[in-house]
Amino acid sequence: MADFSFLVIIVLSAGIAAGTPILYAALGEIFTERSGILNLGVEGMMLIGALAGIVASLATDSVWIGALAAMAAGGLLSLIHAFISITLRGDQVVSGLALTIFGAGLSAFLGFPYVNVPAPKFATLPVPLLERIPIIGPIFFQHDVTVYVAFMLLPAAWFWINRTRPGLHLRAVGENPAAADALGVNVVLTRYTYTVVGGALCGLGGAALSLAYTPGWIENMTTGWGWIAVGLVIFAAWNPWRAAFGAYLFGAISRVVFDVQMLPTAGLPQIMKILLSPEFLRMMPYAAVIVILIFASREAVRQRVGAPAALGQPYTREEAEA
Amino acid sequence: MEDTSSFAIRMEGITKRFPGVVANNSIDFAVRQGEIHALLGENGAGKTTLMKILAGLYQPDEGQIWIDGRAASVHSPRDAIDLGIGMIHQHFMLVESHTVAENIILGLDVPRFVLNLEKVEREIAKLADQYHLLVDPGARIWQLSVGEQQRIEILKALYRGARILVMDEPTAVLTPQEAKQLFNTLRSMVAEGHTVVFISHKLGEVMSVADRITVLRRGEVEATVQASETSRQDLARMMVGREVLFRVGKRESEPGDVVLEIDGLGALNDKGLEALRDVSLTVRHGEILGVAGVAGNGQRELAEAIVGLRPVTRGQIRVDGEGVTNRTPREVMDRGVAYIPADRIGSGLVVNLSVAENLILKCYRDPPICNWFFLDGDAISGHAQELVRAYDVMTPGIETRTRLLSGGNLQKLILAREISSKPALMVSVYPTRGLDVGATEAVRRLLLEQRDAGGGILLISEDLDELLSMSDRIAVLYEGRIMGIVESQEARVEALGLMMAGTAPEEDGGE
Repeated sequence: MADFSFLVIIVLSAGIAAGTPILYAALGEIFTERSGILNLGVEGMMLIGALAGIVASLATDSVWIGALAAMAAGGLLSLIHAFISITLRGDQVVSGLALTIFGAGLSAFLGFPYVNVPAPKFATLPVPLLERIPIIGPIFFQHDVTVYVAFMLLPAAWFWINRTRPGLHLRAVGENPAAADALGVNVVLTRYTYTVVGGALCGLGGAALSLAYTPGWIENMTTGWGWIAVGLVIFAAWNPWRAAFGAYLFGAISRVVFDVQMLPTAGLPQIMKILLSPEFLRMMPYAAVIVILIFASREAVRQRVGAPAALGQPYTREEAEA
Repeated sequence: MEDTSSFAIRMEGITKRFPGVVANNSIDFAVRQGEIHALLGENGAGKTTLMKILAGLYQPDEGQIWIDGRAASVHSPRDAIDLGIGMIHQHFMLVESHTVAENIILGLDVPRFVLNLEKVEREIAKLADQYHLLVDPGARIWQLSVGEQQRIEILKALYRGARILVMDEPTAVLTPQEAKQLFNTLRSMVAEGHTVVFISHKLGEVMSVADRITVLRRGEVEATVQASETSRQDLARMMVGREVLFRVGKRESEPGDVVLEIDGLGALNDKGLEALRDVSLTVRHGEILGVAGVAGNGQRELAEAIVGLRPVTRGQIRVDGEGVTNRTPREVMDRGVAYIPADRIGSGLVVNLSVAENLILKCYRDPPICNWFFLDGDAISGHAQELVRAYDVMTPGIETRTRLLSGGNLQKLILAREISSKPALMVSVYPTRGLDVGATEAVRRLLLEQRDAGGGILLISEDLDELLSMSDRIAVLYEGRIMGIVESQEARVEALGLMMAGTAPEEDGGE
């Protein structure tokens, strides 16, 4: 029994560590989408952020500056998307996909000299006192600082969106930009701001990967986690808490899958061999999170907590009337 | 001109061009302090554009604005709000998923950061009490009726300290009783020193509520008159530019056998809520059954259920005695049902296809248009030319892309396609909405001809005048139920209005 609880602690703790980069990206995307802009470039922004984090921290020997550089890089990349979708009123899906492809390609190209170069990383920093709480301590408080910042960002993001005046403006712009505009809210500025904030958080998510969770740079190191973040936002019904649940769940399942791969399969029936094959298992976290969140969000969907009504739609004030 | 300081609003030489149209051409418009001023005109006359300029949503290409006698520059909605102008748009500017209080404080500088909605809700309740505008500040917009939403729009303006209230077609979505209540509110606001401009194309309400009236036609001011010194006829002539017949010439109907029989019909709306509850009605050959009701009380769902676009959860639909309940749209169509949808562009036509192609959308499978597999180009253009001529569709050519046609011609195109299929029953939803007077007359005439040729018509409309002049009988829908069916000759507007608001008629002519 002691063994079992030990296992649970390891899995949950690993889940939180692995879920953190995804959580940053998902929070960023929640901000962006709440303003009505759909940015599918999360994967690209995470990759650019991951690389920028490595490059800057190698250059300055400071992981903190690395993290800031990652945010700047992600924000800068998202500015392209903002310009195309807000100012030029282009197709947001196309622009976002282009951003992902561009980010992946650019990071692979620029990152070539940095592959497997030892880089600084955020050290594990147990929180004094809290780490000694049984069960809770090892799960939540024996991580590096990127995990703790995410803990603090989470309630702040929720409060900002739901309980503050800027958050009200953010939600209104995403739901009905014409109404917000008619009341003097600057729709264009709001959308630019949150697209860039979202991009910066995606960049930070990349840095949480390259400077903390899996230190160092490898080409395409996000392995689709950016897309998991995009999916999480939808299945979490644009709610930060649900997104956190999904991100950590994904992390935990990834860890379980990793452990199950170690089981001996000799002598098992063929079907079990297939189910326990690394290829099949690697798919599990993605599938499981989506299925679980679909069920977890049914209540939210029933209460009409849907997508921001103006998500993906360009806004323009002056339109010729028919 | 009078002393300019007595004007709440003065706009001079306002010109606004959109690509291809001059929406406002050198307009002079002045509203006195403390009056109700109606801005009257047909669709596309430029009323809304002029008021959107006043509200800072559009920038004029030329012209000057004075508010309370002082030259004003209104570059943004924020400027307009600061000048005390509150505009209530035809399509309400409310965030559906937010609460009443959140909508009312949206865009304000207070509260500075943390939202203290309890305090705001108390203030709103107080303000609502003062103007007798009953609302629940904590309710979410999507839960409210259209009338309530309008009250919130008014409160929104008042909460911002608006002294000049601009309302765009405020009665379009209201029952006659709700409209009356609104007018009372407006009068009491004027009594408290506010100034009201309201945009309308309804002559009756303009005459009854406005102090002065400015008539716009094709982007220009036709006249500004005292309501007490004019008449409906005069206003109509100024609005349209010619004499207008208020009633379409209609022969006595000769109803034949029942063509449509609906029995205990139930259906859900897009949100999965009950939209139709136990609806039963019949339409005969050679008869127009009007369906009255405030928009959103199940009209769209009724039409869609009949034509096979919406699943029926309960009850039966029969056309000429044959059951069509939950059949596919094509099966229903093959029974002789034609459909004039409310949304011309979205469901009536494929606007990126040519006029000729749109005209064969119902008969593309049959000879002579289609021979086994191939479309016959000559037959298609012959068919199109014939219909364009017969139905007087104004189009540069039959190969013209349909999106370039005006609203009236789009509707004629749909009618041409549908009537030419010789339907036994036509389900016609808001057929004249948004059309100008000329096109409206044409559409109504086509419908009456179809009736006289023996077709049955289910006419869904928001316009009581239209229903009274076109229909033989009128059914009233309220919250998905039939409140009553009356002979249109005996129908009174007040009685229909009460039914539209959910009050069952007192003496019942047999259900």
